[in-house]
Amino acid sequence: MNEIRLKNEMKNMPREMNVEKTAPDPAREPSTPMVEIDRVAFFYGNQPALKNISMSIPRNKVTAFIGPSGCGKSTLLRCLNRMNDLVEGARMEGAIRIGGKDIHREIGDVSALRKQVGMVFQKFNPFPKTIFENVAYGPTIHGTKDRNALSAIVEKSLRATALWDEVKDRLNDSALRLSGGQQQRLCIARAIAVEPEVLLMDEPCSALDPLATARIEELMVELKRNYTIVIVTHNMQQAARIADKTGFLLLGELVEFGPTEKLFTRPADQRTEDYITGRFG
Amino acid sequence: MTHMFKGVWKRGDLFIWLAGVGLALSLIMVAGLLLAIFINAATFFWPADLMRISLKSGGTVIGLKTGREAIPQPETPEASARYRLQIKQGNRDVTGADFIWIDEADIARVEKAEGALIVERREWGDFYGLLKEVREGGGQVAGGGASGLLTLQEKMETALAIHAEIDDLTKSDIGRVNYKMEKNRLAMASLKPGADDQALARLSKERKELERHYQELTARLQVLRDKQVGEAVFLTADEREISIPLAKVIQVYEPGALGAVGRIGFFLRKAIDFVTDDPRESNTEGGVFPAIFGTVMMVMIMSLLVTPLGVVAAFYLREYAHQGTMVSAVRIAVNNLAGVPSIVFGVFGVGFFIYFIGGTIDQLFYAEKLPAPTFGTGGILWASLTMALLTVPVVIVSTEEGLASVAGGLREASIALGATKFETTWRVVLPAVMPSILTGLILAMARAAGEVAPLMITGVVKLAPSLPVDGLFPFVHLERKFMHLGFHIYDVGFQSPNVDAARPMVFTTTLLLVVLVVLLNLAAIWLRNRLRKKLSASGV
Ligand SMILES: Nc1ncnc2c1ncn2[C@@H]1O[C@H](COP(=O)(O)OP(=O)(O)OP(=O)(O)O)[C@@H](O)[C@H]1O
Ligand SMILES: [Mg+2]
Repeated sequence: MNEIRLKNEMKNMPREMNVEKTAPDPAREPSTPMVEIDRVAFFYGNQPALKNISMSIPRNKVTAFIGPSGCGKSTLLRCLNRMNDLVEGARMEGAIRIGGKDIHREIGDVSALRKQVGMVFQKFNPFPKTIFENVAYGPTIHGTKDRNALSAIVEKSLRATALWDEVKDRLNDSALRLSGGQQQRLCIARAIAVEPEVLLMDEPCSALDPLATARIEELMVELKRNYTIVIVTHNMQQAARIADKTGFLLLGELVEFGPTEKLFTRPADQRTEDYITGRFG
Repeated sequence: MTHMFKGVWKRGDLFIWLAGVGLALSLIMVAGLLLAIFINAATFFWPADLMRISLKSGGTVIGLKTGREAIPQPETPEASARYRLQIKQGNRDVTGADFIWIDEADIARVEKAEGALIVERREWGDFYGLLKEVREGGGQVAGGGASGLLTLQEKMETALAIHAEIDDLTKSDIGRVNYKMEKNRLAMASLKPGADDQALARLSKERKELERHYQELTARLQVLRDKQVGEAVFLTADEREISIPLAKVIQVYEPGALGAVGRIGFFLRKAIDFVTDDPRESNTEGGVFPAIFGTVMMVMIMSLLVTPLGVVAAFYLREYAHQGTMVSAVRIAVNNLAGVPSIVFGVFGVGFFIYFIGGTIDQLFYAEKLPAPTFGTGGILWASLTMALLTVPVVIVSTEEGLASVAGGLREASIALGATKFETTWRVVLPAVMPSILTGLILAMARAAGEVAPLMITGVVKLAPSLPVDGLFPFVHLERKFMHLGFHIYDVGFQSPNVDAARPMVFTTTLLLVVLVVLLNLAAIWLRNRLRKKLSASGV
């Protein structure tokens, strides 16, 4: 019974998406790309992980990175909010610009960058605090002290992630008491509570069941009106369903990058075709 | 056969049995220990009937049976061994010994001693005997028997009230004057010769005032003492007349006349007195309140010192220090520190805290009191510091374990939201390891409450003249010496001149120490569970 409904939902998904794609909000369609990656190379010590990657990630779209395990998808994603700074001995070459500003030189400091570029992880990781405290954490760090303002932010973020109705009566319960899918949506709410422009998601659904995955995907489509979303995924159907543009990485190289439909139906590169038809990876 | 054995081996049943037996043995040992302590301690407060024992060799003894053992005779076979009874006959001032041994063969008759009273005294221990008369200022006010006892108990109420007043006067009022006089003396001593006539005049005027006040108080004391006129005359078992001033009596009761309810009430009252009273008679009688207070306060101060120290050290080791050979070496050293004999810490405490730090403090801030040391001698602060040092490895280890088990994802999530490393540590990691910190603290407290050796040389004394907290500014006196339950047990049990009288005290105090450690632990565990509940998913 449940499964049938689930399947229907999954089937319906791409169609909804097409509606979204064909009717973009003209007011929010600027010409400049949100993120520009300019000849980026990345090394863990002496080990190269990314080689000469250049791409432009459009504003208010979902962009997906796909590729076999270990090809550098996460590394590339973590370059965007400089999470790789934490890795000892790692080094990046080239430049990344977000909203036209170089993330290493032109954006105030790393904290300001991360306020602008939020991140959601594969393993949902809510803090062992209450639901309210989880969402309010980011704004508090960035200086919002007023309780009413925080309450407003919490409500807004939870509504944006369609979690508000489920948790509004137990905001002071431990976040760890939520289900896995709810926890991941809470993590998304926590990330958007600081009002970022870009939302990075590293395999956000890989630990979730199909129903919870469907909800998150729905959410992403919803969120891209206000945010630029970059997602790493192993699930090619997922990329096909939600991404506007898709990049295929292999061994640290960007093999192909283009509109999702084109990449999946008429790939330009033989290696992309091999990968999406399941010949390797 | 071998086949079957192989099966048992393979399934590991054998190990499960062995583990079960091991666990059962440990439990039995612990339960047995607690039971032995409990039974021995509980009988201490129970009002048993006084016995009148007539001897074949002539004479009678009134007392309580406290033990029975075979008379040691190396040649005779065990079956024909003779036994003797240990009797507490009290009346130490009259008979010289309050415990005697009586050969069972010498006993003609044992009966309940009708009308015999137990008189609890402030000195010389209990008195057992029969009431003859009650006197006041030389004249008789009542005879013996039940009516005499009633009058006596009435008179006792006023006597106790006067005693309480005297106690209050000497301890608080006169104590305060003495304290001020001492301060005045030190202030005078610290005046430079010929420096300031005005100050000198002021101080000597203050001194005169204090002396006058002192005279006043002693006069009031004398008035109260003059009111203590009552006395009671008793007959001992061998018909000797003994007169005891009521001022020296704490209570008089007839155990034989107490019903079951009376006995339980008496038992509870004694137990409460035991934990709330000061000790008497070189600790063998009275209560142990100062020792409880000292133990708890020492553990509290130690907790306040050890928690931040251990937590900061663990955070540095695990979160900030570069994980290399150096950190590994430090970690091993910290782990081994927990195994260093405690007396070594005591010696360190004496050498470093007391002589070096305490001595320096004295020279800088208490120079006028020298050569009498203030901080340069054992005190509750130094004892707590020594204990904190002793227990800091426990806190470090358990905090580190907690830190290791905090999911890395939490730190990443916080960093990704724009928090700095410090904000992440302070707001996410610290709350998450709080239960582990408390676990460490629980272990540390248990260890500290039970440790005696290092305390003996860093500030614990047999009898402290005053508590480390009182009404005199600055209210908390960290330099003072204090009493401790663990040391109390040692002192009462093994250093006391009257070992037999002290034995029940040893068990009672031991029971109290165990109860105290359990209570301290329960409090911390309760706190930890509350935190866990707040943090956890399952709400356990
Ligand atoms: N902290 C690190 N130190 C050294 N090498 C690393 C580190 N993180 C990743 N690498 C290496 O860099 C390469 C790319 O890793 P990355 O995590 O970006 O792959 P991925 O595409 O995200 O793989 P997956 O799909 O399995 O998550 C891999 O070869 C990996 O071994
Ligand atoms: Mg990855």
